[in-house]
Amino acid sequence: MKILRPLIPLTVILILYFALKEGVPYLGSQLHEGTWPVIPTSVMKMYVFFIAVGVLLIFTFTDDGFKANIGPFAEIYLNPDRKIIRFVSAVLVGCFGAWVSYQYVKPTFDAPVELRSIHPAPPSNAKMWGKTYSIGTLKNPLREDKENFAANVKAGGEVYYKNCFYCHGDRMLGKGPFWDGFTPVPANFVDIGTIAQLSESFVFWRIGTGGPGLPSEATPWLSAMPVWHEFLSEEEVWKVILFLYDYTGHSPRVIEPHH
Amino acid sequence: MALKKNSSVAGNRYLKIFMVAFALAVLFPFSGSLELSAENFSVSDVWAEDAAGGEPAATEGEGADGESAEGEAVESNEWKPAPPPVLETKDYPLIPGFNSRMWVWYVAQLHLFFAAFVLGVPMFVWAIELIGVLSGDKRYDRMAHEFMKVSMTGFSLAASFGGLLAFLLFVCYPDFMSYMTSIFGKTMIFYAVLFFAESFFVYTYYYGWDAMDNAKMKKVHLALGLGLNIAGMTLMVVSNSWASFMMAPSGIGDDGAFLGNVWAAINGPLWNPLNLHRVIANVAYGGSLTAAYAAYKFVTVDPKATEDRAHYDWMGYTSFIVAMVGLLPLPFAGYWLTKEVYGYSQQMGITLMGGVFAWLFILQAVLIGAIFLSANYYLWCSLGRTEAAKRYYFMIKPLGIVIVIAFLMWFTPHTLIMTSTEVTQVGGTHHPVLGPFGVMAAKNTAVNTLILATFLSFQIFRRAGIKAVGDGFWAKNGTAIQVALYTAAMGNIVILGVYSYVIPASVRIGLSVPQVCTTAVVIILAMIIDGKMFKKSEEVSETKWGQMPMRSQYALFMLAISFTWLMGLMGYCRSAIRQHWHVYTVFRDNSVEAFTPTLPFAALHVTIIVVIFMALVFFMFWMPILASKKGKVGAEQKAH
Ligand code: HEC
Ligand code: HEM
Repeated sequence: MKILRPLIPLTVILILYFALKEGVPYLGSQLHEGTWPVIPTSVMKMYVFFIAVGVLLIFTFTDDGFKANIGPFAEIYLNPDRKIIRFVSAVLVGCFGAWVSYQYVKPTFDAPVELRSIHPAPPSNAKMWGKTYSIGTLKNPLREDKENFAANVKAGGEVYYKNCFYCHGDRMLGKGPFWDGFTPVPANFVDIGTIAQLSESFVFWRIGTGGPGLPSEATPWLSAMPVWHEFLSEEEVWKVILFLYDYTGHSPRVIEPHH
Repeated sequence: MALKKNSSVAGNRYLKIFMVAFALAVLFPFSGSLELSAENFSVSDVWAEDAAGGEPAATEGEGADGESAEGEAVESNEWKPAPPPVLETKDYPLIPGFNSRMWVWYVAQLHLFFAAFVLGVPMFVWAIELIGVLSGDKRYDRMAHEFMKVSMTGFSLAASFGGLLAFLLFVCYPDFMSYMTSIFGKTMIFYAVLFFAESFFVYTYYYGWDAMDNAKMKKVHLALGLGLNIAGMTLMVVSNSWASFMMAPSGIGDDGAFLGNVWAAINGPLWNPLNLHRVIANVAYGGSLTAAYAAYKFVTVDPKATEDRAHYDWMGYTSFIVAMVGLLPLPFAGYWLTKEVYGYSQQMGITLMGGVFAWLFILQAVLIGAIFLSANYYLWCSLGRTEAAKRYYFMIKPLGIVIVIAFLMWFTPHTLIMTSTEVTQVGGTHHPVLGPFGVMAAKNTAVNTLILATFLSFQIFRRAGIKAVGDGFWAKNGTAIQVALYTAAMGNIVILGVYSYVIPASVRIGLSVPQVCTTAVVIILAMIIDGKMFKKSEEVSETKWGQMPMRSQYALFMLAISFTWLMGLMGYCRSAIRQHWHVYTVFRDNSVEAFTPTLPFAALHVTIIVVIFMALVFFMFWMPILASKKGKVGAEQKAH
């Protein structure tokens, strides 16, 4: 029995790990500028775990494969003649365990990792401008007004460049002059993951109540987004929403009415 | 509107009847005798009393088609149903050291596990018995009988937990239950009566098996089995209506008061999606647990008893196939259910998939992936049963790679957990090219690939030991056509998947349909071609049942455990998205224990429940063995 045989699946797993960790971001950055430089650790852990499981399954489904790849462990740990390799492998496993533990306990300056929901469920009612709005049924009153549409969009653009551009950027990419000062970073409206998948009432609520208005699922980082209903009028907010969708070319999500 | 606690009179009466019926139903399986039947307990008497007592009775909703459109108020001067009361903390009984919420959670979940099992098993037992009758092969009959044997203890346990659950609900949440009974009282009594029917069928079906094993009586026996399944299925859809009502109430007015039409309350927007998902899931679940039973026997039986091993290997395989047949349509039934949740309430939908619970769906995806991996591994190990399978080994590695990649795509979360350094490095939550991760476009592509790959594993397994003979068209070209079919299908699925990235969300949803159809068409066509190809076939090498490695049996255990866990987590999820409501948006839960647990807390408790259940399952597996030991030593051998 070849005692080092299990190193083959192990090497395969390691190669795949590095391909994910370094290769994928590198390849991405070559293909498209601005691709993520990392795969988040939390996802990485799951990927590696299941890659390891998959590799083991593929290597052990036949009896021969099982004996060749798993047998050596029995050989190392149960055969009295294998003292040296047993000792070496125990030390290696021990060191690996120590390294993993150290990674977990070593102090860092990072905020603790927590699940944060970017688009939390809106409350059914929200209070703004001293009124109560029902988020479920709210519609943008200016959208129907076809006559003044262009004028409204233009006015919305003014609101945007006077108030929002510092954070959300002149091209709405979330990269305004101050963007990297915030955690979480300002939303990128061109991205199909923000306003493109939200209804106007949701966006109205998010602008009106800002970071402090977020429910608890959006913690621990209440965003730096200001509470705009304290600074803008209701009409200005509706106008800026028109502008956001017009500029980015997205259309707001329409919620199908249910019976 | 804000009526203070006003328990409805009708509700309380139904409540008593229900309690008595349930107590009897629980005692019944333990009494071990068949004498106790519906005669001892006449529902009609109680209803007659209702009328005679001159007290206002609930208006008949079902029959009143002419007068009442669905969901509209039934005019009645006699009885006005009360809206749900606004409760305060003190309205809930406080028992020191006893957390009502947790108890109800634990007991309800355990009840559901056993109930799902004992409803699922008879469905395929009946089918297997029928196959046995039609093919004349006695082995099927024996196997079906043994499956029933395993589920008998499960039946008692399901009933016991059900009784305990009803008891706890009425004790711990009296006002809520009285509101529910004021609406569903009739269906609750119907449920209790159905339970008698279920017990009757279960006992006659199981204990009558040998006695009715002759040409004349076999039909009667099959009819009993059919009765059992009908009773079981009806039981389930009735109780589903209570759960779906709590999530998406219907048949009530704006203030939550019942409008009088029971059918409108039952037939809410989530009832049928829930029914469908649960029926399919129950079959799959029953299959996975009986597979675990066969695996348990396989690993514990004397390795020298080759015949026994062959039997349990075959039994494990059959259960496994049942579980797989149930598994394949589940993702789609699941999507329908979720879609309806969104349709009913956008807020609930966001809470479910994008909000606090999102991470649970990652766990769900991980467990489903574990199911697929175990399933494929079991199939690959099964190739070892026959020597000739070696010629297909070369396909396993690529298949494994495809499965792992598809699986990684399928569980990639929508809401990513990132450290703050990572967030800044990344500069947002959405990828500049791929956009948000974990979107349905990618997931659907992945899940269809996963299903196709698994089906391919199954096809390889089926032809492992045989080859087509003759020079008919299909025998010669069947494989090539199938390869072309798979290639075209994968191309179609992947192209649709990529395409759906670049179109707006509203159109994207619609693309999952052609993807699913592609998968379904491939599966059906491949089966048909297989049938034609191997019409004439010869064995290349003998298939040796029982020649299975032990590790393949652990894959079967893994399957059962993953299924149980999945049910626990998803059931929790379904129930918990109501958040602080007893009945969503109309009846608030103001008890001290009403809280939405954090995910680790919920996952921990679901895990504890799964462990308790698994312990009970081992007890359940061990019971029939114990029973046959007490009788004749040879009895067990004779049973199969
Ligand atoms: C101080 C910087 C800042 C300014 C100024 C600002 N925002 Fe924001 N905005 C943010 C941050 C930070 C977020 C949160 C991103 C997140 O939660 O991930 C955000 C989020 C949003 C969102 C929610 C996007 C989503 O996908 O949920 C909208 C809509 C929005 N901003 C609109 C506006 C508008 C309109 C203005 C101007 C009236 C404005 N913002 C001004 C920082 C800012
Ligand atoms: C292969 C895929 C799937 C499997 C094996 C599976 C399995 C199950 C099982 C066994 C249950 C418990 C049924 C019962 O209590 O009787 C369940 C419930 C549930 N599933 Fe799935 N499911 C799958 C896919 C999905 C998907 C894709 C979704 C949604 C996105 C989903 C949503 C739910 C929900 C919300 C419940 C709770 C319903 C209840 O209360 O029982 N499922 N699932």
